[in-house]
Amino acid sequence: MIWNEKIETMPLEDLKNLQSDRLVKLVRYVYDRCPVYRKKFEEAGVSPSDIRSIDDIAKLPFTTKLDMRDNYPYGLFSAPREEVVEIHVSSGTTGNPTLVGYTREDIKLWSEVMARALCCAGAKPDDIIQIAYGYGLFTGGLGFHYGALEMGLTIIPTSSGQTKRQLKIMQDFQPRILACTPSYCLYMAEEAKEMGLDPRKGSWRIGIFGAEPWSEAIRKEIEETWNMTATDIYGLSEIIGPGVSQECTYKEGLHLFSDVFYPEIIDPETGKHVPEGQDGELVITTLTKQAIPLIRYRTRDIVSMTTAPCRCGRTSPRTSKIKGRTDDMIVVRGINVFPSQIEHVLLGIEGTHPHYQLVIDRQAHKLDEVEIMVEVDERIFSDEIKQMRALEQKIKKEIEAVLSIGVKVKLVEPKTIQRSEGKAKRVVDKRVL
Amino acid sequence: MKIRQISVFLENRKGRLYEVCSLLGQAGINIRALTIAETESFGVLRMVVNKPDEAISLFRKHNITANLTDVVAVEVPDRPGGLAEVLKVLSDGNINVEYMYAFVEKFSEKALLVFRFDDPSGAHRVLTSAGVTVLTEKDLPNL
Ligand SMILES: [Zn+2]
Repeated sequence: MIWNEKIETMPLEDLKNLQSDRLVKLVRYVYDRCPVYRKKFEEAGVSPSDIRSIDDIAKLPFTTKLDMRDNYPYGLFSAPREEVVEIHVSSGTTGNPTLVGYTREDIKLWSEVMARALCCAGAKPDDIIQIAYGYGLFTGGLGFHYGALEMGLTIIPTSSGQTKRQLKIMQDFQPRILACTPSYCLYMAEEAKEMGLDPRKGSWRIGIFGAEPWSEAIRKEIEETWNMTATDIYGLSEIIGPGVSQECTYKEGLHLFSDVFYPEIIDPETGKHVPEGQDGELVITTLTKQAIPLIRYRTRDIVSMTTAPCRCGRTSPRTSKIKGRTDDMIVVRGINVFPSQIEHVLLGIEGTHPHYQLVIDRQAHKLDEVEIMVEVDERIFSDEIKQMRALEQKIKKEIEAVLSIGVKVKLVEPKTIQRSEGKAKRVVDKRVL
Repeated sequence: MKIRQISVFLENRKGRLYEVCSLLGQAGINIRALTIAETESFGVLRMVVNKPDEAISLFRKHNITANLTDVVAVEVPDRPGGLAEVLKVLSDGNINVEYMYAFVEKFSEKALLVFRFDDPSGAHRVLTSAGVTVLTEKDLPNL
């Protein structure tokens, strides 16, 4: 079922017109109401009259996490505090936390996009949902709550933690839908087994998982362990919380609700748009938000995006799962390289997830060299040299195809890659830049 | 009819072979046959030992990548042309030899060779029907 048939299956041309109308209004709105944005526009030499359609969006300056922190608490608000009905705060590892606020209309928007997300994952109006995301300052729990309420589901707001009780509630009420982080879902399986329960006999058939990156391998594990369909949801509190994008049951990318959250994929170094299908940083403009509308917000998440129609009938663009963070990016011979790209290639080979390390070096007057060390474990080891060479070549070719630069691949023994706090160190940059 | 071979992944590092062999020695595991294949950066050590299961768990404990492969031990007449005769049988039977190596000690007047085939069962059939003696783990003295 599609929650908002008219919007979600809108022909692309109509969608573009809607986005254009909304952007023009938005730019005028923030310019008039938010001194911080007015100043940013003036510094970028752009005025609201320069923005006539969605194609003009690239003329606008970016907004970053730093802008949010520097203008803490209310600097980026475009609505007066009295009109704000809810506030969430996320803890920052450095400096000020990030504050987000919602007007009554913003809460309606959040309910709408979350209802779309729930339907997208396969929810039906008579379903019971167990919401095991944290309720409170974290946006996960309440975001799901508003969407489920909008849809008219029966909500069990268990919040996170108290695993034994979560499992008892599942047995007692038989909810078909579970919403929580993927790692918590797997943790609950362990706990269930310890309690003598067979997870496959549990009631959850649809899982909506997010708030942390997770791989296809984890999806497979969850689906097999719990006998459920595991779908991915994406969101960030600066934009709205959960509900920015969601996988439909075909699981071929996350539908991004672009009538309200306009996406761009850029090269994080140059800020320019990348061609469709290429990896880049996701940038979002909140087209209709009131309290803290954000113009071209840099999510720092790396994805690729397609506008090709989906089998489910929705016309919204679809992004890949998050492939990495711009914070991890390294530039080699002018090419942006994300360790997660290597991870994807390795995951695709024999379905394994070996430890790896990227070593970047530069000899005097020579090009940067990239060597990828891959630990050989039993799953990829063969007694035949030609098989091992073929594996080495396959890894090399696939990584070169993804990165568009030549690399060396070196197969190494287990535990030879340095680890810090149990985690393998992914990148060693030996270049003297 | 088949014999289990242990294969170990080794980086080309000085002293690494010694480390692995002495690990087996300390655990009282004897190496009966051994060969190394290598490239410029890594190598694969293949061997037949008297306690393959113990050897595998020992390697796992020490984070050394190893696995077990079925190989075939074949008696080859210890005279000129002896090996060629066996290879002809295999070639006539359309059996592909991945690699082969010899046992360290001699058990009889015949030489004992380890063969790695991609189709060990087919190889066994071809060899025995041509009258070539194929040994099992039990047949190997002191194994
Ligand atoms: Zn779809």
